[in-house]
Amino acid sequence: MNFLLLQALTGLAAASSLFLVSAGLTVIFGVTRVVNFAHGSLYLLGAYIGWSILTRLPTDPGWFVLGILLAGAATALLGLVLETTLLRRIYRAPELLQLLATFGVVLMVQDIALKIWGAQDLALPRPRWLRASVILLGERFPQFDLALIAIGPLVLLLLWLLFTRTRWGTLVRAATQDRDMVAALGVDQRMLFTSVFALGAALAGIGGALALPDGSANLQMDLSIITDAFVVVVVGGLGSLPGAFLASLLIGLLQAFGIVLIPGATSILVFAVMAVVLVLRPHGLLGRAQPVSRAEAPPSVVRAAPASLRWAGVAALALAIAAPLVVGPFALSVLTEMAVAVLFAASLHFMMGPGGMPSFGHAAWFGIGAYTAALAAKSLALPMPAGMLLAPIVAGTVALLFGWFVVRLSGVYLAMLTLAFAQIVWAVAFQSTGLTGGDNGVLGVWPAAWAADPRVFYWLALAVCLGATLALRRVLGSPFGYALRATRDSPLRAAAIGLDDGAIRLAAFAVAGACAGLSGGIAAYSKGSVFPSFIAIGHSVDALLMVLLGGVGTLAGPVIGALAYTGLYDALLLATDLWRFALGAIIVVLVLAFPDGIAGTAQRLWLRGREA
Amino acid sequence: MLEVEDLHAHYGRAHILQGVSFAIAAGEVLVLIGRNGAGKTTTMKSLIGLVRPTSGAIRFAGADIAGAETYRIARAGLGYVPEERRIFTDLTVMQNLEVGKRPARAGRDPWTPRQLFTLFPNLGEMPTRPGGRMSGGEQQMLAIARTLMGNPSLVLLDEPSEGLAPVIVEQMARAILALKREGVTVLLAEQNLHFAARVADRAAVIETGRIVWTGGIAQLASEAGRYLGV
Repeated sequence: MNFLLLQALTGLAAASSLFLVSAGLTVIFGVTRVVNFAHGSLYLLGAYIGWSILTRLPTDPGWFVLGILLAGAATALLGLVLETTLLRRIYRAPELLQLLATFGVVLMVQDIALKIWGAQDLALPRPRWLRASVILLGERFPQFDLALIAIGPLVLLLLWLLFTRTRWGTLVRAATQDRDMVAALGVDQRMLFTSVFALGAALAGIGGALALPDGSANLQMDLSIITDAFVVVVVGGLGSLPGAFLASLLIGLLQAFGIVLIPGATSILVFAVMAVVLVLRPHGLLGRAQPVSRAEAPPSVVRAAPASLRWAGVAALALAIAAPLVVGPFALSVLTEMAVAVLFAASLHFMMGPGGMPSFGHAAWFGIGAYTAALAAKSLALPMPAGMLLAPIVAGTVALLFGWFVVRLSGVYLAMLTLAFAQIVWAVAFQSTGLTGGDNGVLGVWPAAWAADPRVFYWLALAVCLGATLALRRVLGSPFGYALRATRDSPLRAAAIGLDDGAIRLAAFAVAGACAGLSGGIAAYSKGSVFPSFIAIGHSVDALLMVLLGGVGTLAGPVIGALAYTGLYDALLLATDLWRFALGAIIVVLVLAFPDGIAGTAQRLWLRGREA
Repeated sequence: MLEVEDLHAHYGRAHILQGVSFAIAAGEVLVLIGRNGAGKTTTMKSLIGLVRPTSGAIRFAGADIAGAETYRIARAGLGYVPEERRIFTDLTVMQNLEVGKRPARAGRDPWTPRQLFTLFPNLGEMPTRPGGRMSGGEQQMLAIARTLMGNPSLVLLDEPSEGLAPVIVEQMARAILALKREGVTVLLAEQNLHFAARVADRAAVIETGRIVWTGGIAQLASEAGRYLGV
């Protein structure tokens, strides 16, 4: 009994911290409609800046509170800079580009933090009052955690007062619903957005600084908190503060008890709860359908490639086939990686562009394919072709089952559910050490003897990946492809002309999963080993970057994006130890300069040239 | 007070406004009359800055406001009541008014909620009701009242009579006439000729993005019949 109580209190303390961060995220989303990936970076900066401030201040409680508030003020200032330099320019951009740009910021901040504070985890010296505990039902419970428990509801109350009792709050709530109307009433939305962003950033920073006493400032905290905060915000309902509070409690308690009930599998529990909530209430616990804030038509894929582009493609293919005769082993491995990346990106583009289903967890299918191929080789001792065949079949089947949940949702909610599923797959791969080797991965997955020569294997990978990519392209031009686009552009009208919206989306989802699985199967044999990192968020983001870099609205986009991204990534990795910063900066610049992606921009310029 | 000269606007590649020109004198009620798709709403949105005109000039109170930012245009004294009303459904009547509130124009008394409740008695009965739980007519009244809280010198009213019961339409007409007495200039977009005739001084007929006829409201019925197809 006592134990349950203590565990519950621990959960509540965690819920408070989680709420601080999620409240900032949800407030920013509510007004600006930007899903801010960089919110985790502000949390991380809050922790590091908090550490720098607190280690220089006297250790009394009063100074501690001041230090925390100063850290919040510092991140508010950073948020201000971020909003005015970057976010302000992309408010009208498509959702996923905003996500991409803010992810660029995440990468940059990681390297900046590494340069300033170093790679070591920074813990706060704990003075006596921080270590003090109270006796509850005969058990010791940290006093600081009790204070944390109180902070959550307190912040909720303050925010509630701010949003309901002040003119500023009323304006923010009005802008959350209809920014243009607010502007037409003479309100300067830019000031409003900037101040909201600064407030959200301050909350993230305070949350980060408050995480110091029970933990440390470290370089992994940005992505770990942003995943949790996304879950909270999505479960609570995007833009809803009470929803975020409720969801924080739910997730905090789940994590606290999950550690006891199923040790090591708490993330499965959390994401499973999220999946259940989203299936029952597609807009979260207290959320509502979001008004469509953009009127622009979605990108359409209708044009056949111009003859010149076809010839360029044929020339590139000829080069790709001839390449192994001239290049060295390293370049060959990069080329193989590129072939795999092209299919991986094309499969994501298939569901995301024409299908209108942005996935945040596309690496799940890649990983399932890779593990299927690897385990087929290692555990079942199947020959390589069988493994490569099983990879798409298994990934496609799982996608078909899971897709049943996914295709009911849309937009950010859909992206988050796919993220949740990928995290579950990742956790399974990571924790089933008996089958998958856990973090050590599955090693020694070598190609069959006839394909052991890297050149032969490269040709095989090229043939399979390009073949599948071209097949996807062919499907998009078929009646099914047109039906898919119809369901994307107007589900109602599509249904009215007799298209089975759900079944079409589900089929597209399964096809995308199968193709990603195939690319994973080839990657398994090409690398010779499979690791949980194949399924990690970072890898899903890689796929998104490739597609968005190339441009969602063109058929050549994912191919160009995959080549550009893989090339860029490998080149940066070789050129500089600040490759994250460089990659992040390049992403940000690309989003600002080419909001349609590389291929989209090229297409626009080409069309403009033709019309002139 | 407002002069629009050769205004062009596009939605994507569609050329909606193809050279709109007209002028309104201070204190006047001008009705912009035309069929669906003629360009009434686009004209209004171009004036308030929600649609960026491709070319042309909009002179308001001595400055060219074409392409300026929406909030600056609004602060210069242009009020906009959209066709869809766009009430903040989560906010109460009073809070909706609060969002619209701006300082008074020099030499004029500001609108207060109390005065607006005299103008629209229905609103006075439900100051704490959320906008989402009001009828269409009540929302239309609130949309006008909210815009008036900004003390505009010129109000753009986009089809205020659309979809309303005759009793409410009559209330709208009385409200517009009351505005006129207060010295507020009004640009009205309408398809309802009777309503227009009841409140407007002059009419401008818009057809496929151009003003094809301008004149006194009394002449409209006789002379503009061929344009309107009535």
